[in-house]
Amino acid sequence: MKIEKREREGVTILAVEGKITIGKGDVALRDAVHEAVGGGAGKILIDLGRVQTIDSSGVGELVSAFTTVRNRGGRLKLLNLPAKVNDILQITQLITVFETFDNESEAIASF
Amino acid sequence: MGPSADRELHLTIGSRFENIELVQMTVDEVLRERGVPEDLRHWIGLAVREAVANAIKHGNRLDPGKRVDIAVGLERDRVEIRVGDEGPGFDPDRVGDPLAPENRLRTDGRGIFYMRKFMDEVGYSFGPGGGTVVTLRKRLNSSPAAGPGREERGMT
Repeated sequence: MKIEKREREGVTILAVEGKITIGKGDVALRDAVHEAVGGGAGKILIDLGRVQTIDSSGVGELVSAFTTVRNRGGRLKLLNLPAKVNDILQITQLITVFETFDNESEAIASF
Repeated sequence: MGPSADRELHLTIGSRFENIELVQMTVDEVLRERGVPEDLRHWIGLAVREAVANAIKHGNRLDPGKRVDIAVGLERDRVEIRVGDEGPGFDPDRVGDPLAPENRLRTDGRGIFYMRKFMDEVGYSFGPGGGTVVTLRKRLNSSPAAGPGREERGMT
């Protein structure tokens, strides 16, 4: 699992590639979000376009990231959900919690 | 594993998260050889991951010296996967509903939910001297488009 971080128009974009699963991927995501928030980022967009799979720990980590950012007055949104990740967020009903986008520019403009 | 299983496979792993990958890959390969479509293999694989993760984390409490035993049984139109740990057992009825509003933003508690959504049957048995065995069953004759929860869409 790999996470690339970049900035665009004041938004921190974390592009995740691989599996967000227990023991490794979930920890990497947690670390990346905590590092961004610790560095003062308040607008975070997680690009999931190259995520192959997300297990229940990975979903838990997304929820944790969402509440961590929100509790500090920031906002966290999701970009490019693959169909299977979208299915998971539907069945866990978390799709109603996260704001999701298919287009990066639209996502950036929404913050 | 019933006597009708026409292929059986047994794996034993130490309680380390990195071993989950091995188990999923092995189960996936067995199902791929049988011609099970990729989508269905994906959801079965996720359920297996959750069962093994629970066995490692909650059952064996991350003790790498404790084992997780996995048995895969393939029948013509069904797969059965059993995952056993050496833990003290638990009461599945006491696991909260992750869809309840008060649980929606919890960071844990979705593993059993995943298994129930992706498989047709999820059962538990508890050994007299400890140890939990989770049994997962899934029919394999569903259409490739069938995703999680297909049984709720009347495709049984």
